[in-house]
Amino acid sequence: MEMVKVTVDGQTVEVPNGSTILAAAKKAGIKIPTLCYHEDFNVKAMCRICVVEVVGARTLQAACSQPVSDGMVIITNSPAVRQARKINLELLLSNHPQDCLNCVRNQRCELQALADQLGVQQQRFHTKTRPESPKDESTAALVRDPDKCILCRRCVEVCHEVQSVGAIAPGNRGINTQILPAGGVDLNDVACVQCGQCSLVCPVAAIYEQDHTERVWAALADPEKHVVVQTAPAIRVSIGEEFGMEPGQVTTGQLVAALRRLGFDRVFDTDFTADLTIIEEGHEFIDRLTNGGVLPMITSCSPGWIKFIEHFYPEYLDHLSTCKSPQQMFGALAKTYYAEKAGIDPKNIYVVSIMPCTAKKFECGRPEMSASGYPDVDAVLTTRELGKMLRQAGIVFSELPEEEYDDPFGITTGAGVIFGASGGVMEAALRTVYEVVTKETLPSVDFNAVRGIEGIKEAEVDLKGTKVKVAVANGLGNARKLMDLIKEGKADYQFIEIMCCPGGCIGGGGQPIPTTNEIRKKRIEAIYKADAGLPLRKSHENPAVKTLYEEYLGKPLGEKSHQLLHTHYTKRGKYPEKSVG
Amino acid sequence: MAIYRSHVLVCGGTPCLLKGARTIRDLFQQEIDRYQMTDEIRVVETGCLGPCDEGPVVIIYPEGVMYSRLQPADVPKIVENHLYKGRVVEELIYKEGKAGREQSGPPGVTLEGEKYLDRQKRVVLRNCGRINPDSIEEYIANHGYKALGKALTELRPEEVVQMVIDSKLQGRGGAGFPTGLKWSFTAKTQADRKYIVCNADEGEPGTFKDRLIMEGDPHSIIEGMAIAGYAVGAEEGIIYIRGEYQLSIERMARAIRQANQYGLLGKDIFGSGFNFQIQIRSGAGAYICGEETALLESLEGNRGEPRVKPPYPGVAGLWGKPTVVNNVETLANIAPIILNGPAWFRSIGTESCPGTKVFTMLGDINNQGLIEVPMGITLREIVYEIGGGIPGGKGFKMAQTGGTSGGCLPMEYLDLPMDYDTLAKAGSALGSGAMLIIDDTHCIVDVLKNFMRFFCHESCGKCTPCREGNPRLYEILTALSAGTATQAQIQLMKDLARTMQLTALCGLGQSAPNSLMTCLRFYADEIAEHLNGECPTGVCKSLATKSEAV
Repeated sequence: MEMVKVTVDGQTVEVPNGSTILAAAKKAGIKIPTLCYHEDFNVKAMCRICVVEVVGARTLQAACSQPVSDGMVIITNSPAVRQARKINLELLLSNHPQDCLNCVRNQRCELQALADQLGVQQQRFHTKTRPESPKDESTAALVRDPDKCILCRRCVEVCHEVQSVGAIAPGNRGINTQILPAGGVDLNDVACVQCGQCSLVCPVAAIYEQDHTERVWAALADPEKHVVVQTAPAIRVSIGEEFGMEPGQVTTGQLVAALRRLGFDRVFDTDFTADLTIIEEGHEFIDRLTNGGVLPMITSCSPGWIKFIEHFYPEYLDHLSTCKSPQQMFGALAKTYYAEKAGIDPKNIYVVSIMPCTAKKFECGRPEMSASGYPDVDAVLTTRELGKMLRQAGIVFSELPEEEYDDPFGITTGAGVIFGASGGVMEAALRTVYEVVTKETLPSVDFNAVRGIEGIKEAEVDLKGTKVKVAVANGLGNARKLMDLIKEGKADYQFIEIMCCPGGCIGGGGQPIPTTNEIRKKRIEAIYKADAGLPLRKSHENPAVKTLYEEYLGKPLGEKSHQLLHTHYTKRGKYPEKSVG
Repeated sequence: MAIYRSHVLVCGGTPCLLKGARTIRDLFQQEIDRYQMTDEIRVVETGCLGPCDEGPVVIIYPEGVMYSRLQPADVPKIVENHLYKGRVVEELIYKEGKAGREQSGPPGVTLEGEKYLDRQKRVVLRNCGRINPDSIEEYIANHGYKALGKALTELRPEEVVQMVIDSKLQGRGGAGFPTGLKWSFTAKTQADRKYIVCNADEGEPGTFKDRLIMEGDPHSIIEGMAIAGYAVGAEEGIIYIRGEYQLSIERMARAIRQANQYGLLGKDIFGSGFNFQIQIRSGAGAYICGEETALLESLEGNRGEPRVKPPYPGVAGLWGKPTVVNNVETLANIAPIILNGPAWFRSIGTESCPGTKVFTMLGDINNQGLIEVPMGITLREIVYEIGGGIPGGKGFKMAQTGGTSGGCLPMEYLDLPMDYDTLAKAGSALGSGAMLIIDDTHCIVDVLKNFMRFFCHESCGKCTPCREGNPRLYEILTALSAGTATQAQIQLMKDLARTMQLTALCGLGQSAPNSLMTCLRFYADEIAEHLNGECPTGVCKSLATKSEAV
């Protein structure tokens, strides 16, 4: 790579030709303030906060977009630069509600941090020039607050370029510009999958998850309610970040302890029903493979992905596994099997999920998700909401002892844990399918080809004579590519795993902010570390799952399973009728 | 082709059409038929003749007599006296000055119309008002497509690029970027497809030169585009015309059809193996779509917003392919440069900014309309000689050059030569060539408010300084005119305006405060008086006028 020399504030640094000024400054130890810039996205250079002087240039240059050239002399801190940055920030602040103390992002807001960093201490523009707009609380998962929006368009970028959904886009122009669902309708009336990736990248509180903390506090305080909680696989490798820990720490034991201290009656693990999913879905796959069923079969754990296929590929719904997601399987069993075993009336059981996901809030409200006659799941907290509740309760997360999950839904395997990373469901399924079909022990449980953050991964597995070609996609843009292959008849896969969010659930829309691809990679490493540390690595070896079949379900794909653990889907189309769920 | 002893050229520019030019044209034909002169005299609807305020305008050749403000009843008089009896109808002759005929006393015998044209140097407008724009034959008869033939049969593409570089032609859309250099970037870039895009989204308030060029001489643009295509290796051209320009769209479309029929567009032009085709796309009238990258976004079907540069369109433009985006007037200069050579072009205008410039004069000036003059002409010559001065005996206050995004020049700058470099140094811009003359009865704050309101409306909303800054400038100016502004706000306005110039993403936001910045410099006193609660012109109603204050 050709290297060029540039001078940043008097220091000479050598960087690859074509690097941005931002990167060159970083190399010189200078962190230029940015706002609309996001390291994972195309540069839009709109906020004009990161401007710098380039000697010889007529105007200031945006450091995030301007490539360096050999001999360039850059000044990042001059009176002109400081004044320009501050005025541009003051302009943004002047139309931003000044209610930081009441804001869901208080002290976790990039705009607030920037105002501090750039030394804004007075409001020189007094009045609002932008018309006010009401909040959009139409969806189950997300709240849009257009008044808070600073038009950085990161949400638009992730929705269009990463997820290929395009639910929101800039509308109107000039000072009236807003980020809107098409035609200015409610978010629920367009094909939004509620993945919440927008909420993950929003620098302010212009879009965030629907709050479920209040209803959980109320259930915990209700003596009539037996409140059980399940934790998704991805939470154990990310909740620490809510408390300032480095990404990539496995904090399973502290997580359990924290939940117990919040007052949950039982602390269970979604990994248990992840193992159960593998048994059901694995047998469903074997059945389709051997009896000429619809192939490729596609996984159904990810509610954002389910809503995506319902909107954009409704004619392919029979490719989906009929298995409910682990969250919903858990809820169905908590209010039937567990209720019977514990002798509690299911109407008094309150199921809370801790999920890395916003779409799970939508999923739990789907009308078909109430196997016991009651909703399978009553409340879904994102990782961020759990962090908020723990802070409210004064629980010092990092100082908690490690504790164990409760029986019976606390016994899990490494196969359940890896559901949290892209490729994990596929790997867990292959670990089981291989042994069920071949009746032999796997030589190695590690299917490295399907691991990692890469968008689309492929592998071929030899089930002693039957070759199975599998594919794994994460991020809906990649899912779309696979679906288009299927549509064109060019997909020769038998089994496909699709996760809505980049990197899988560890990169979900309900995860701690920030979540970047670098952080996702660290969480993925932690997931496989947790897997490797467990004595059991295969779902079909989970003794509690075996007991469940013996005591209650009978056999995989049996009648009881069908009632409780399987579901159906809804053709929605790109232009949905008003309000579905 | 028949030989006619006289030609009656009826201006077919939009302003004249709105004033009934078509009725006048039809009446001329009717009367000529009645006198049985149909075979001797030809009536032609032509492009803009210039004095748009004086329409409907007609020129009769070979005498070159220009008649203006014609009413239907005037036509029989002209046909009978001028065309039949050979006597010029003096009371109907065009006279300089607003409502010139009423003002200028007893008619003389001088042909003011000819003088009006003589003061100009017509390169771009060479055919406007002289030929029928709907006739490719007339264009060809006036050396049309000769330059394309020369380029395709005698010159290599790189020689064509070099000629344009040597001519020092600068883009006439506003920014004044060297055209030849622009072409050379695209010529150098390897790609399976390249495009020539003609920017005809003329959105600058007060600018209508591109419309009148398209209406008056559409083939000159087609020829320029085809030469550009040959020079850079593009086989596709697109003309992006603002949707309001229906007549331009019609005439360009007809001209493209004719050129295709004559084999001057299409496959293997002049047997050279070069293929070129042109399509028309119409815009919806957003000001921002005149910015070249926003124009490309619009062409791709996206929201009209500027792109981050680099990459520049010359390297990665329409659909990511190398694209030359040139203004209408720029392209209309190409054929004469190829035919007459770069040295001829450089002999016109100034050394650093050669050639001519088409200006549209409007506001408080006697002769409103379209003129083409050599670069370097002074503001005084434009205003007081060609423009005929300021009506009603009022004083000159300022000229805003370059349209709403240009700066304002006071009396002291009347002798400033009009070219890209000089105006940029003065804090203004030559821009698109709009020339708004403002007399001394206007209030500077009021005028600025009007400009800023335009930018509030036309900001695309993409970058912070333009989206948020323009409404703030407007807000402070409003406070100033209401007598509620503070000294601190004036300083904030200055700092904000400077920040917009320095940090806005595209030319729109960067130049939006130009008029304000120049007025803060040249009219500081008048602004300070507003701070003290006085509006010297009495325009700001909530403030005292000077005399009242005293």
